[in-house]
Amino acid sequence: MITLNVNGESKTVDVPDDTRLLWTLRDVLGMTGTKFGCGMALCGACTIHLDGVPTRACITPISAVVGKKITTIEAIGSDPVGHRVQAAWLDLGVPQCGYCQSGQIMAATALLKQKPHPTDADIDAAMSGNICRCGTYTRIRAAIQQVARTEGDA
Amino acid sequence: MSSLQTTLEVVNLGRRSLLGAIPAVGLILAVGFPRAALAADEPKYGVDSMPHGWVDDPLVFVAIGTDGTVTITCHRQEMGQGVRTSLPMVVADELDADWSRVRVRQAQGDETRFGNQDTDGSRSMRHFFAPMRQCGAAARTMLEQAAAAQWGVPVAEVAASLHEIVHRPTNRTLGYGALAIAASRLPVPARDKVRLKTPAQFRYIGKGNVKIVDGADIVAGRGMYGIDTRLDGMLYAVVARPAVYGGKVVSHDASGALKVPGVLRVVEIPGTPPPSEFQPLGGIAVIATNTWAAIQGRNALKIEWDDGPNASYDSTAYKAALETAARNPGKVVRNDGDAVAAMAGAPRRVQAEYYIPHMTQAPMEPPAATARIVDGRCEVWAAVQAPQATRDRVAKRLGLALDRVSVNVTLLGGGFGRKSKPDFAVEAALLSKAMDGKPVKVTWTREDDVRHSYYHTVSVEHLEAGLAASGKPVAWLHRSVAPAIAALFGPDPKHEQPGELGMGLVNVPFAIPNLRIENPEAAVHTRVGWYRSVSNIPHAFAIQSFVAELAAAAKRDPKDYLLELIGPARRIDTRTMEDTWNYSESPVLYPLDTGRLRRVIETAAQQAAWGRAMPAGRGLGIAAHYSFVAYVAVVVEVVVSARGELSIPRVDIAFDCGAQVNPERVRSQLEGACVMGLGNALLSEITFKAGRVEQGNFNDYQVARMNVAPREIRVHMIPGDFAMPLGGVGEPGVPPMAPALCNAIFAATGKRIRRLPIADQLGA
Repeated sequence: MITLNVNGESKTVDVPDDTRLLWTLRDVLGMTGTKFGCGMALCGACTIHLDGVPTRACITPISAVVGKKITTIEAIGSDPVGHRVQAAWLDLGVPQCGYCQSGQIMAATALLKQKPHPTDADIDAAMSGNICRCGTYTRIRAAIQQVARTEGDA
Repeated sequence: MSSLQTTLEVVNLGRRSLLGAIPAVGLILAVGFPRAALAADEPKYGVDSMPHGWVDDPLVFVAIGTDGTVTITCHRQEMGQGVRTSLPMVVADELDADWSRVRVRQAQGDETRFGNQDTDGSRSMRHFFAPMRQCGAAARTMLEQAAAAQWGVPVAEVAASLHEIVHRPTNRTLGYGALAIAASRLPVPARDKVRLKTPAQFRYIGKGNVKIVDGADIVAGRGMYGIDTRLDGMLYAVVARPAVYGGKVVSHDASGALKVPGVLRVVEIPGTPPPSEFQPLGGIAVIATNTWAAIQGRNALKIEWDDGPNASYDSTAYKAALETAARNPGKVVRNDGDAVAAMAGAPRRVQAEYYIPHMTQAPMEPPAATARIVDGRCEVWAAVQAPQATRDRVAKRLGLALDRVSVNVTLLGGGFGRKSKPDFAVEAALLSKAMDGKPVKVTWTREDDVRHSYYHTVSVEHLEAGLAASGKPVAWLHRSVAPAIAALFGPDPKHEQPGELGMGLVNVPFAIPNLRIENPEAAVHTRVGWYRSVSNIPHAFAIQSFVAELAAAAKRDPKDYLLELIGPARRIDTRTMEDTWNYSESPVLYPLDTGRLRRVIETAAQQAAWGRAMPAGRGLGIAAHYSFVAYVAVVVEVVVSARGELSIPRVDIAFDCGAQVNPERVRSQLEGACVMGLGNALLSEITFKAGRVEQGNFNDYQVARMNVAPREIRVHMIPGDFAMPLGGVGEPGVPPMAPALCNAIFAATGKRIRRLPIADQLGA
């Protein structure tokens, strides 16, 4: 039995401790907002925050997250920056199929919390690990810039 | 012929008689006549040519609650194109509903009820705009009739206005909710008794003022995709499939897998020998209590395979074989004038050969499906583009009647053609059966997706032109060699079929008197299937690159030269170019209009400030292409550093699909097609060795990321007229991207790219 702190709640799971956090969230805890895309930390669809740091849940064994605060897409809206990122995503019509957008929003939120006014190079560096096959990159960039411009207005 | 099909024929013919294609008497004559006899009399086009045609019955698509909530059913699948928003929006507009009180319900797979549901070919809107307008207008008419009856006034005195019916002389109103029950008891009005809005009356159509209906769910992680399905007692499976197409399991040892904690069962899935169509490839499935355990169990399997005859498939050798075929005469698929003689007599000849590799769709949501069997009924939840095909294949494979299988369509995390093939849903059904009907979810890992896909074809395109002294071509020879998709469904035809030839190969709209197009043989060694814009990718790449090469040879501006090749504005009956397909649309309603092609080229060039001076290492490239009955031109701007590093500051796209129903989503489709088209050209390649795909994940099958995507994509839409037929949107943006990019690279560096992907070809 392993106890995880997910979105501020304590969750106990009964799976081997090398089980990846992604599958623990999705299959054991029923939290399907965090997506599977590659299983090798190559696409960013499974991005969550671990003590605020963007982390790929697909390669992270649950043994490595004990005692850390896990934040997922389901709770990012209660973070003020996360909420503004979600609003900008809707305002600019970023999502197409939407599947990668959980991870995109988690990555963008982490970036903006660390750097409220990211440069284009900062955005490239923070977001190029997140693949979108629909090709929404120009709108993702614009949405991040919109949040940066309105920083503190919320 | 079942009574349902008879009814459907009547429905189809009813619309045709409305359009004036056949006299109204045909409606009566057709009842009870077999479909084949009708087909022989008159070819069917557009949605009438699709299985199960169309339905516009408001009782099928519209439900109004007594609280006024309007629920509109969307029968096409959402995969990012916005169809779950755009089609219901069409119904809502004619219904004059308040969009904030509209809910969207996703249809199950049932084409006899809903009409065709194959969401592919860029045709949802062009095929269903008219039926959905009719549907919404009929529902509005019923509400008007119900209100008039309640007030005891002539129906001509009432009119719908934003979710209520107004009696104009007295300004009395009744809400849609208050009228719902009375309206539902009225007969559906005859089509010719229903008044459609004029475009000036549209509230949502053409406005771009409606956000996607799933947006709020998506940004909060609540969007439900196929892979997100959860049922009580559900089990999780992954499958070890044969590495080589047509391979079979000789023996397997499950003992290691069964020791993995959480693994419950190991089950063999029988494969279907090629042509395996939409059926599973077969293999060994591991069923567990969660996906991670199933993956660990699969890693512990020991399997001996018989690879079969495709084990020698090798992309390097195959490329050489395609080149040999392309350098020798082949089946003639179009022949205008005498290209051979004109070529021989031309003062100058230019020749080039282009290679476009296999690619895979790699939707971000890999294939995944869940099935459960209860009391002899199978229920499937899956992200599928073709729910009726899914239902049909599951029913056949399980030996169930069609009405004992239901298919619930989730959101699709990307489709791009991969999810037109429901092999993964059949796997889920077979595994549920093996587990006594318990719900089983099959998840494909990314490696499964990359190694067992239905691949974009691979091709060599060989072009020759004879130029007059003026630099203008007097002869054109194009040999296209590529394995055909038809080999999925039957014996390998070894030649491109009408649906491939018509994707920009035979229907090249150039004003060249002597033009010969050949299609030498190519044999299939893997599953070749549709990938967003399909054979337009190689054909447009080769033709639009070659035009720029000819312009360079003639020392002409590439844009002017392209326009000159296209020639004057004219409407070409596609049959005169040996294109018997034309995206299944009528050649009369949908001629290839070179005036529209010219206009997108001129628009893109103007918007991109074509001809502006560029420093060394910076260049503009242009390309244009007609596909899915729409017209696209693109100007790509590139910067190539001395070390060969490429960046794309800006892309200008001019697009003409006729009128745009949801312009905001049209724009997003073009942006996405731009990124995908450029990513294809820059990075993406699937290769085979010993019959096996050499790539496995996004480290070696590379796709566009933010750092290589254009910094700015500008979409310029040509205004359209809602009285004219609509064009496709989802796919046409892809084909011109690769040639425009390579033409820009040539302008920037003088280096001509003839083999995709570009990868490291620009390195020193």
